[in-house]
Amino acid sequence: MTQKAGLRLAIDIGGTFTDTVLIHADHTVLATAKTPTTTEAPAIGALDGARLVLSKAGADWADVTGFIHGTTLATNALIERRGARVATITNDGFRDILEIAYERRYSQYAINIEKPDLIVPRQRAFTIGGRMDVQGVEIEALDEQQVPALVDALRKSGADAVAICLLHSYANPAHERRLRALLQTAMPNLVISLSHEISPEAREFDRLCTTIANAYIQPLMAGYLADFKSRFEAEGLRCPILMMTAGGGMTTLETARRLPIRLVESGPAGGAILAARIASEVDAREVLSFDMGGTTAKLCLIDDFRPQTARRFEVSRAERFIKGSGMPVRIPVIEMIEIGAGGGSIASVDRLGRIQVGPKSAGSEPGPAAFGKGGTEPTVTDTDISLGLIEPGRFAEGRLAVDVDAARNALADGVDQHLRLDHAGAAFGVSEIVDENMASAGRMHGVESGKDLSQRVMIAFGGNGPLHATRVARRAGVSRILIPKDPGVGSAVGFLYAPVSFEIVRSRHTTLDALDIEGLNTFLAAMATEAYQVVRAGAPDGALEERRVAFMRYQGQGHEIEIELPPNALSADDVNALKGRFEAEYARQFSRTVPGMTIEILNWAVSVASAAASLPARRSVPSASKPLAAETREITCDVSATTVLASVFDRDALSPGAQLLGPALIIEPQTTTFVSADFAAQIDGAGNIWLTQQEVSQ
Amino acid sequence: MIADTRLQVMWNRLLAVVEEQGQALVRAAFSPIVRECGDISAGIFDLHGRMLAQAVTGTPGHINTMAEAVKTLRDRFPLQDMKPGDIYMTNDPWIASGHLNDFLLMMPVYFDGRVIGFTSCTSHLVDLGGQGMGPEGSDIFDEGLLIPPCKLVAQGEVNALLLDIVKANSREPIANEGDIYALIACCEAGASRLTQMMREFAIDDLSQLSDYIIDTSRRGTLQAIADLPKGVWRSVLRVDGYEAEIELHASLKIADDHVLLDFEGTAGCSSKGINVPLNYATAYSVFALRCIIGPDIPNNAGSLDPFRVVAPKGCILNGQPPAPVAMRHTLGQMTPDLVFGCLSQAMPDAVPAEGASCMYDLPLRHVADAVDRGEEQFALELVFSGGTGARPTLDGLSATAFPSGVWGSQIETTEAAAPVMFHRRELRVDSGGAGRQRGGLGQVIEVNPAKEQDVMLFLSVERVRNAAKGRAGGLDGAPGRIRIGKDGRDLPGKGEVRIPASERLLFETPGGGGFGPADERAPEAVANDLSAGLISAAGAQFYGVKT
Repeated sequence: MTQKAGLRLAIDIGGTFTDTVLIHADHTVLATAKTPTTTEAPAIGALDGARLVLSKAGADWADVTGFIHGTTLATNALIERRGARVATITNDGFRDILEIAYERRYSQYAINIEKPDLIVPRQRAFTIGGRMDVQGVEIEALDEQQVPALVDALRKSGADAVAICLLHSYANPAHERRLRALLQTAMPNLVISLSHEISPEAREFDRLCTTIANAYIQPLMAGYLADFKSRFEAEGLRCPILMMTAGGGMTTLETARRLPIRLVESGPAGGAILAARIASEVDAREVLSFDMGGTTAKLCLIDDFRPQTARRFEVSRAERFIKGSGMPVRIPVIEMIEIGAGGGSIASVDRLGRIQVGPKSAGSEPGPAAFGKGGTEPTVTDTDISLGLIEPGRFAEGRLAVDVDAARNALADGVDQHLRLDHAGAAFGVSEIVDENMASAGRMHGVESGKDLSQRVMIAFGGNGPLHATRVARRAGVSRILIPKDPGVGSAVGFLYAPVSFEIVRSRHTTLDALDIEGLNTFLAAMATEAYQVVRAGAPDGALEERRVAFMRYQGQGHEIEIELPPNALSADDVNALKGRFEAEYARQFSRTVPGMTIEILNWAVSVASAAASLPARRSVPSASKPLAAETREITCDVSATTVLASVFDRDALSPGAQLLGPALIIEPQTTTFVSADFAAQIDGAGNIWLTQQEVSQ
Repeated sequence: MIADTRLQVMWNRLLAVVEEQGQALVRAAFSPIVRECGDISAGIFDLHGRMLAQAVTGTPGHINTMAEAVKTLRDRFPLQDMKPGDIYMTNDPWIASGHLNDFLLMMPVYFDGRVIGFTSCTSHLVDLGGQGMGPEGSDIFDEGLLIPPCKLVAQGEVNALLLDIVKANSREPIANEGDIYALIACCEAGASRLTQMMREFAIDDLSQLSDYIIDTSRRGTLQAIADLPKGVWRSVLRVDGYEAEIELHASLKIADDHVLLDFEGTAGCSSKGINVPLNYATAYSVFALRCIIGPDIPNNAGSLDPFRVVAPKGCILNGQPPAPVAMRHTLGQMTPDLVFGCLSQAMPDAVPAEGASCMYDLPLRHVADAVDRGEEQFALELVFSGGTGARPTLDGLSATAFPSGVWGSQIETTEAAAPVMFHRRELRVDSGGAGRQRGGLGQVIEVNPAKEQDVMLFLSVERVRNAAKGRAGGLDGAPGRIRIGKDGRDLPGKGEVRIPASERLLFETPGGGGFGPADERAPEAVANDLSAGLISAAGAQFYGVKT
């Protein structure tokens, strides 16, 4: 590599490891590094990784013209409760928005549930007089005379950050702004988050929670980002640092400081972006990405190369995998279903004699029983070892000794003896249950999103994704799978394909029949201006793409359908087209429309993004070849449940065009691709493995 | 012979399929009660009509009712007369789910030309004519259109006349039609996923799977029952009723191989629509029992079989046609407290104190004369919750629904939907019953018409005169209280009220009862309640705190 200019660096700081990737302007990966995360000052570990990849590639800081950073720090601060002491200010009469929430239990039969801890106790929940109505008309002026008492109460409470959330502030933010000005004068060091800036959507509980979460991590993240920037600049970095967001885009440090909540959950987003990029390279318009690691599996629907997004997710759940048990955060996110199913997930038998797998995980410490690090409970990895799907001598490039007997004994103690099965029976059963769990979650997500899975290509990655892909796909009704190159390194590479982007969602209620076109155009234009400003700061040159969306539904329904708007001012002529688009999409999802029913819109979104990097030239289809297996080994077949011989291949040795039939194992340093007996594998011109289910012979 | 683990995988698949069906139904539904509360049900049944799997949805009102309803329809229509693509339907309250709004559909599932089982689903439709949702009807005929069991779809062809009749008898014909099509789609989706699964696992009937599911679940439930003390326990719950306060009676017998609940002694029917068909009283009673006994075992014919509920015909928990039943949930939701009254004697450390229990519906509508004046017409169905009873080791939950699973409303979206304005929605200080564990707090709502127009309120709530009782020495929670204006007289919990444009409605939901003696409460917990303002200085006196 002689041409060194235009290098881009991505750093993904996770809880345990920091992944660093250096790529060339043409998107070839020059060097990667995995260094331990330095929890006290994460920038130090990141610097180690950066130095390592630069020296591996023989490059210099001066060559680096793009820098993307993602971190779990914001997420972990929320999980580990390491944030600021936050107080809230809501309207008089509405002190308990947080306590009352949606008035519901997250588990129907559990008498002894405890509600999630929502950060701010009632002692620090304050109120102030004043009221806007739903149109944003001031009904009662802000009671400024209460401010001195409020300041006094805030001081006494020891709060160092405050979340202000006044009713209908998304429609008129004047009271929130005035209150900030008054408080800031009296308390210059107080960190203040205003709900209309953090999440301008109707539904006071969700907006308040989002504002609290933002205020909670803001002081910590501001300090971290400043430290990170100064350390890298001292090292020689000259280009701006861009931060990865949960929505799958990049944003500037300034925006990250103002809206740190948007940095939460940015790591997993990288995997979905990578999958979306691969989807566009192979022109697969309907994709299901499947990222299975050590603790969880994550699924994401990707249509037209765009990962499905949502506007709400939950943090700090009382029970990690139970929907509704956490604190809602309303920001644009890549929507992922997370299941407690990974290599470390523990298998057990319940009192009905049913095998259960996860969500409890042995993690990396003590880890699966086979790793000999003190784990005794049977895990999914122990199961895969017992089934013969992991070759002990070559696991993790032989750096980790795998004890097959320990895996079998753990299964015998934890599962067999309760069910009186033999080892193979127990391992087979555990595999069936965990694969069924993942497939069910995928099917359910499809139903919730109004999408069919059967025509999709599954893009599988993560340490365990390629190993379980065929087993999950078959149960989900998916018949084509793609295993990308380097499937073990996911998110950091994905970061490098992320656009600079910003999305704003804002509430404005109307029916389609009564659209105030002029008012709406002003409203959308203001959102667009704000989004352009944010994006231009991070992408000074180059084309930007704008996307406008309305969330429409039949009046009375709870489910909204996302309908794209023209990216410019609306005219009266557009109304019919919008109605037509809504009805077409509704009919696609529900097989019919509901003629005569009023259509309403509550929320509107505007997103602006830099244009995606151009695609590499498609490589021509290589001529077919039938490689010979390096060896064979005995495995338990997932289709017939009998012992069969599987061919074993090195992925490195398979050249484009290679074709082979299951049962087979394709081994590479970070993972193994399992080709089930009913699948065939083929290597495409770019080096991806395609797995295709063969016609079932009855 | 299919291996047990294979059968377990298929069981998991059935559970996933009913959840998928349920989700699809909620997404397509028009009724707010479906959207906010998931007031639907979806299930899969074997050839004999035995329930194999049922979706865990928002409200317990469909537990058992669906299992029994499908058996009834299955017996009514001979198998040999069924054809592929047929779907049967009824909204008979005594067959489906306790009032006319709940429509139940059942579809035979064909595999290789033979019926192998059934799918079924239920959803709450917005309006069935009559006097509408409210307790004012004097018999079932006042309450709207009743459709006896019939064939809604014949070989894929919807009975157009039937659909026209449903639409012609409703104030919301378009929404009703949409909901019925959603139910049809739900049955069909369930059937196609079921046959898909059978193909994938290469089975051609459900007999072995259904025996496995039912036997395993029955065995687990019997084991849970075996662990309980045996005997008979009785309790009485005094409730507000409509015309007069009444008593609900229950005796609970825990035997070696079953649990029998008998409502003998319970008061007779009301002349208003708060009567409860036994299927619905059974649903909530069995829900309460299953919260304590084997809550982890899925609902199916095997796990439900050991729970039996009987009641004398004509008592208010076994109302007979043509008694009005539109608001059957008002008392139906009180039955868990009645059941807990028995069960707590058998298992003192496992059962919570009484809670607000009945959801605090706040249905607001335009006044009838508003139409002539051209004022805004609207119908708003708001639901607010009180506090739950204190648990043996935990405080009660404030402003939280139990036993129903309804979701509360948000002020901002409510004000967007109708011309009302809220001035207050806060926890109600001192409303949680004092105890070692404190009862959950109720809430205070203040709301008035946002425009210069009067508004109608239709009340059907409980615990205005009879507070939630404490348990094991814990004190009672505060009763509910409803007034117009701060100085207005206390209104009864049932009936119609006109709110003048100039006035505020004050709507206070009940608190839950306390558990254990108040003087045993940890001093830090009392101090925290005081500093958080959940109890006042006066309220702290129950805990021996001097002020």
